[in-house]
Amino acid sequence: MSAPVRPRDAEANLTEASSPTQASAPSQASAPTAMVRICGFEDLVPELGVAALVSGTQIAVFRLTDGSVHAVQNLCPFSGASVLSRGITGSRGDEPTIASPIYKQVFSLVTGECLVTMDKEPMPGASPHLRVYRVLVDGPGVWVDPTDLP
Amino acid sequence: MTGTAQIVVVGGGMVAHRFVEALRARDADGRYAVTVLAEEPRAPYDRVALTSYFTGRDPEDLALGDPELWADPLVRLERDAKVVEIDREAHTVTDVHGVTYPYDHLVMATGSYAWTPPTEGADLPGVFVYRTIDDVAALRIYVEQRRKDLGRPVRGAVIGGGLLGLEAAGALQELGAHSTVIQFTDRLMNLQVDEGGGQALTRLIEKLGVSVKCNTATQAIKPDKTGRVGRLTFADKGEQLADVVVFATGVRPRDELGREAGLPIGERGGIVVDDTCLTEDPHVSAIGEVACIQGACIGLIAPGNTMAEIAVDRLLGGTSTFPGADTAAKLKLLGVDVASFGDAFATTPGALELTYADPVAGVYKKLVVTDDARTLLGGILVGDASAYASLRPLVGSELGGDPAGWLLPEGAIERPNVELPDEANICSCNNVSAGAIRGAVNEDGCTDLAGVKACTKAGTSCGSCLPLVKKLVGAELEKSGIEVSNAMCEHFEFSRAQLFDAIRVSELRTFSEIIERFGTGRGCDLCKPAVGSILASLYNEHVLAADRAALQDTNDRVMANMQKDGTYSVVPRVPGGEIKPEHLILIGEIAKEFDLYTKITGGQRIDMFGARLDQLPSIWTRLVDAGMESGHAYGKSLRTVKSCVGSDWCRYGVQDSVGMAIALEMRYRGLRSPHKIKLGVSGCARECAEARGKDVGVIATDKGWNVYVGGNGGFTPKHAQLLVEDVDDATVFQVIDRYLMFYIRTADRLQRTAPWQEEYEGGLDAIREVVIGDSLGICADLDAHMARHVDTYEDEWKAVLNDPKRLAQFTSFVNAPDEADPSLAYVEQRGQRRPATPAERAGGAVLIAPATLEVRS
Repeated sequence: MSAPVRPRDAEANLTEASSPTQASAPSQASAPTAMVRICGFEDLVPELGVAALVSGTQIAVFRLTDGSVHAVQNLCPFSGASVLSRGITGSRGDEPTIASPIYKQVFSLVTGECLVTMDKEPMPGASPHLRVYRVLVDGPGVWVDPTDLP
Repeated sequence: MTGTAQIVVVGGGMVAHRFVEALRARDADGRYAVTVLAEEPRAPYDRVALTSYFTGRDPEDLALGDPELWADPLVRLERDAKVVEIDREAHTVTDVHGVTYPYDHLVMATGSYAWTPPTEGADLPGVFVYRTIDDVAALRIYVEQRRKDLGRPVRGAVIGGGLLGLEAAGALQELGAHSTVIQFTDRLMNLQVDEGGGQALTRLIEKLGVSVKCNTATQAIKPDKTGRVGRLTFADKGEQLADVVVFATGVRPRDELGREAGLPIGERGGIVVDDTCLTEDPHVSAIGEVACIQGACIGLIAPGNTMAEIAVDRLLGGTSTFPGADTAAKLKLLGVDVASFGDAFATTPGALELTYADPVAGVYKKLVVTDDARTLLGGILVGDASAYASLRPLVGSELGGDPAGWLLPEGAIERPNVELPDEANICSCNNVSAGAIRGAVNEDGCTDLAGVKACTKAGTSCGSCLPLVKKLVGAELEKSGIEVSNAMCEHFEFSRAQLFDAIRVSELRTFSEIIERFGTGRGCDLCKPAVGSILASLYNEHVLAADRAALQDTNDRVMANMQKDGTYSVVPRVPGGEIKPEHLILIGEIAKEFDLYTKITGGQRIDMFGARLDQLPSIWTRLVDAGMESGHAYGKSLRTVKSCVGSDWCRYGVQDSVGMAIALEMRYRGLRSPHKIKLGVSGCARECAEARGKDVGVIATDKGWNVYVGGNGGFTPKHAQLLVEDVDDATVFQVIDRYLMFYIRTADRLQRTAPWQEEYEGGLDAIREVVIGDSLGICADLDAHMARHVDTYEDEWKAVLNDPKRLAQFTSFVNAPDEADPSLAYVEQRGQRRPATPAERAGGAVLIAPATLEVRS
């Protein structure tokens, strides 16, 4: 397995969204684009992902036991199927992770980095890493910014 | 040498096979092409295991090594090609059909024939020898026919009480015949065991219903009034009734071709070779039983294999020589352990014999040591040969401690812990030393038993040395500082079996408590499903109960099998493969309504593919309403119990295999385990259900059922091994209950029964002791555990349909539950749909896209 490459700038853009205690109302968000409310915080069962369809894009959203909420692309880059919301959450070291249910690749929920490739190549033209989306939790609601991060 | 040189091997037995295998493994440059001329109409097979042909009945069970060997372009196998002439001047051999084969190098591997002493009546119908598959098949047909004609069990007599004679007696018992072993000398197996061992052996064998007559010389075989074998007469004027007679009076080398070709022949037969296996003619070698090496022919497979390796080594320019034959042997005859090794008869000057005999338990053990009682020279073990694997490699080394530790029953006093010398031969079949195994760990970087087996071939033939190999590998890894980790993942330092016990004893029931107490971090896709499976095995609660949904792989979480495009397949249970027409129609209707691709599975049921997550509850509702239930096709759990049609309809069936299969499937349905479990039930020995390819196979006999365990399809196919025979229904359930529960408790994560059984300390024999002899005192606990499973079973689909909270998890999108996954795309093929390939998507060839969701009622 070759050393995984960190997606550029992903970390910087996520620190503010990774904890509900730092969450603010969508109107106060710094991003100019519209945040979209996808469900209530209580609709999310800890460690059980859900899929959301936001402006035609499928996003996998996870609430973890520590209360943090993470959103990554639902499309699994190694199989081409939209399934990551149905994977198993976990950790590698301190990094919270999601494992694809198809071929078991493991990705960071924080950076989207592919941590374990299972000796497979992604689909032709696809990056092995996941897009990560900004999430805000405004008390009862969970909001996602579907815009591609730079 | 230029171009490819041609080797011709005369003979197609086990040693010929080993020669070809070794040549192709080592001759990477393709310097040699090899032609094997076999007399028998089949590829080389495992003659040592010939008797298993009676229990297995499948000649393929006896196949040697990888059949791909014969497909190698540099290998040619001619069956039914008995060689009749060698022309050493012209470098050619000619077979019985007149075909001539030129050679650059000739290898004689013609083996032996079964020798029969000149005896009156030896040519009567009903007299057999015991050497080839054809001999054994003919014996079987004769015995079965005679039993029908006579209307009573057949009386068998075996002349010769050596290794082969006892094998033949076992085969006769297996065929339902009574057998008497007639031995010329004063004891059974006189070449391997001494008087004390012979007595113990006789007692054990007689306990099994085989009669033994020693000191008896057979004078004549007399016909009955039909002209077939009727009785034996002895030199002491005694007589014995016999319907069938098997001669097992030894073998003689088949050296006639060598004689005719003018090659030197040994005093007692055999083509004379030097320590490099070359005959006087530098273009002719001889290997195996036909070779007279160091003055004798040796009728054992291990030295034969060694000769094959030496011949190959020499052809490739090596310098190896024959080290002398290791005549050590460990056998299981009629279920009785017999082992003999080293200087078993204490012929070394000054040798001391230490013996231990327990006539009640039927155990006899003897160690032969040097006059100072420190160095092991040899030994004999009868009735309990468990120490064989440890002792044989110690021959020539110091025993280190009180030798009595090896003689007394295990645990009586501690066995000395001895470091085996590097030159100790661990695997005699493949001639692998302790040093070679250590080298595989230290130099070749093998870190487990499987790696060492692949690297050194140790334990790949008879497997009796595997426990010792495992121990050596473990010790070596520990020494080199590599911790022998059986940790499941970074979150748990336990193996699955250890974690199972920890969870069972602590009675913790949630993942968060368990990882807090026994692990670190948040878990992962390895440990979470394992814990989920352990909890399910222990408490049989719903897979989605409490916080367990998040532990499950998607298949278990949604109770269907995820396919490559993220949709699922649905398999309702069809117990034993028996299905009512209305259920067939229902499955058809559901498949049409939801446009599902349908296929018959390998487990005698029907799979419906292409169901979206959000469609699953509607599909289950239809099935559950009609009385069908989950088939657990998605779980690491019981899958199916395959059956043939059995005695209800089949002309040959002797038991109701369908009824038994249904009973087993209903008993074990939903049972969560380390890996999937499959069962099979056949209604007669024809074995149409292929039950021996299953984790548990049940095969009907005239008297009840035989239960086989540890079979496997998949990557490394394995035939299941006999656990118990001729038992009634209740015993079938009891032994399978215990076997499965013991497997569930002690196997590794994703370890199927075959490797579990092989790697369990002591193998299947030890497992049999646990589940039948109750050697660990846990049978009552295993029984209670399985009873709890049977009592608390519920259909997982039905339970979800009755629970709105769990049903809510079956939606496509949390914010758009009425939208279907827009990325799904299909094309039509043979009248059904299948997922579109990336090229088809790009090329716009997609014919079927998902519609919006139908509203669930």
